[in-house]
Amino acid sequence: MVQVLAVLLAIAYLIPVYMTVVTSLKAPGEINFMTAWELPSVPNWESYSIAFKQFAPHLKNSFILAIAATLISAAMGSLNGYVLCKYPIPGANIIMPLIVFGMFIPYQSILVPLFQFMQKTKLYGGLPGLILVHVVYGLPITTLLFRSFYEEIPDELLGAASIDGANFFGIFRYLIMPLSGPPFLVVCIWQFTQIWNEFLFAVTLARPDAQPITVALANLAGGQAVSWNLPMAGSILAALPTVLIYVLLGRYFVRGLLAGALKG
Amino acid sequence: MQSRRDQLVAAVIILPSIVLLGIFVYGFIAQTMRASMTDWGQEAAMSLTPEINHVGLTNYKELFSGFLNMRFRQDLTNMLFFTLLFVGLSLLVGLLLATLIDQLVWGETFFRTVFLYPMSLSLVVTGTIWRWMLQPRGGINVLPTLAGLPAGQFLWLSSRQQSLIFDWSHIFHYTCLAALIILALMAYGHWRRGEKRRLRTKLIICAVLVGIFASGALTRIRLLDFPEEHGFNKALWGVVIAAVWQMSGYTMALYLAGLRTIPDELREAARVDGASKFQIYRYVDLPLLKPITASAIVILGHIALKIFDLIFAMAGPDHYPTSVPAITMFLKTFRGNELAVGSAIGVILLILVSLLIIPYLVNSFRTGEQ
Repeated sequence: MVQVLAVLLAIAYLIPVYMTVVTSLKAPGEINFMTAWELPSVPNWESYSIAFKQFAPHLKNSFILAIAATLISAAMGSLNGYVLCKYPIPGANIIMPLIVFGMFIPYQSILVPLFQFMQKTKLYGGLPGLILVHVVYGLPITTLLFRSFYEEIPDELLGAASIDGANFFGIFRYLIMPLSGPPFLVVCIWQFTQIWNEFLFAVTLARPDAQPITVALANLAGGQAVSWNLPMAGSILAALPTVLIYVLLGRYFVRGLLAGALKG
Repeated sequence: MQSRRDQLVAAVIILPSIVLLGIFVYGFIAQTMRASMTDWGQEAAMSLTPEINHVGLTNYKELFSGFLNMRFRQDLTNMLFFTLLFVGLSLLVGLLLATLIDQLVWGETFFRTVFLYPMSLSLVVTGTIWRWMLQPRGGINVLPTLAGLPAGQFLWLSSRQQSLIFDWSHIFHYTCLAALIILALMAYGHWRRGEKRRLRTKLIICAVLVGIFASGALTRIRLLDFPEEHGFNKALWGVVIAAVWQMSGYTMALYLAGLRTIPDELREAARVDGASKFQIYRYVDLPLLKPITASAIVILGHIALKIFDLIFAMAGPDHYPTSVPAITMFLKTFRGNELAVGSAIGVILLILVSLLIIPYLVNSFRTGEQ
């Protein structure tokens, strides 16, 4: 009984995937509302080559943006988390909530000054500017995640290391970093997914040639009189990297998801 | 144990992040607030040496009562209904899925993976896919014909029908009433748990609200010179479905993690006392999941208030029936060059999100430090 219900619900959750794949494989002439659920008579792989050709530069932008911003924000978050967890910083009790608040704000409330700032510093429109923006607004979550991981490292261990003469960087390099593998993976997966999927900054702060995949997809699907096979093939291309990460490293993805909900 | 030198190094390491966040979060918020109280826009937005005048709260007043800003008030209404439906349904579906998975004999990992995968997608992808699924004459609507039934007729995204229509000029009455109901429920909770001081505070606030209501002060504020009807746009159902499909896996994961932390001894003890399976679920499991529901409401609620990408991809920014403040902010700022008005909408969104997030942050960091 329970199993049957689970299977039915699973089918319901997978229906959009079926529709997407089926539609993407149809020739434009074969796409018809009444036969939307039927399989294509002949698979039309051309949708993918057209979509890929159109999307290739934007996929490249997304990869550069997501990888660079993920690595930088993770590295900074790791150092921040270490400091905030293990060193007595004046006002640390207030600093942490103030930092974390930054990940909940609606970005509409900073977008106008950010836009101005980007124009003044000539960072507007290009990938370096977007990377900077994603690094800065990624700092709250990476700092929070690393701090909560490092809380599990006993202070005695650090004390012993510093008696042995290890300094700040020594402890970080030889004690903290070797223990940071899984947290680093959790944080990177989380950040990569977030940045890859982000849309608001991408649509307002990037010039056409620097636009990431989400903007390209929205432009393609939002345009008039598109045959639906292209947006569907495009959706699959845009979704593939994050879905692959989810399927292969789901355990770490879920850990990031749960840790993001604070301590609740 | 830590040398002074190391403490100094630590402070230097953290400083850049604090400076960056100080500027990009708090500095920019301050700038947005300042800009929202000016007439910055139109020609002034284009010129290099703009003439910007301070206009106080005029932009806010215009948004809430100006004749031309009717769209914004419907945006707020849409946002409210979307938030209620999205959060409510995500919690319900998530709880259902978690309970189901907890009972499964086989395939637990598989089903968990299937219910959670939409979370890894971009809202733009979700929006594009569901836009196709919810075409008036296709997708979901023709599904019944496969079983020989008549096709569905509902216009998931483009319906112009409204229900629950109310007059915006009475908005303060409704707000006051809603606050009263929420506070009364909280007071009831405090009374049941015997928290006397908190009960007293809530009762005092309730009494004040009743007083305001009875005094007729709210009727005397003339917000609008004309009756203006707003209501629940049925076209929002399409957005709600897509959003719940995407996020219910998240609540499922939260609830599942919660169910796994309930010690078996507790359920065992209830079983020994003769509790049925359902009674254990109702009286042991559900009460222990309450804190998770609280954080899920905050997390999902703030996502709902900010929702932008999904609606942009599903219906486009110019589709009036499904518009929300975040969409109008984008249009005003980047298409209309009305930077001051866009800033004002940004500030309103920030205030709404803060009402939800600040108590949550205070609470989690206070308990976290102990």
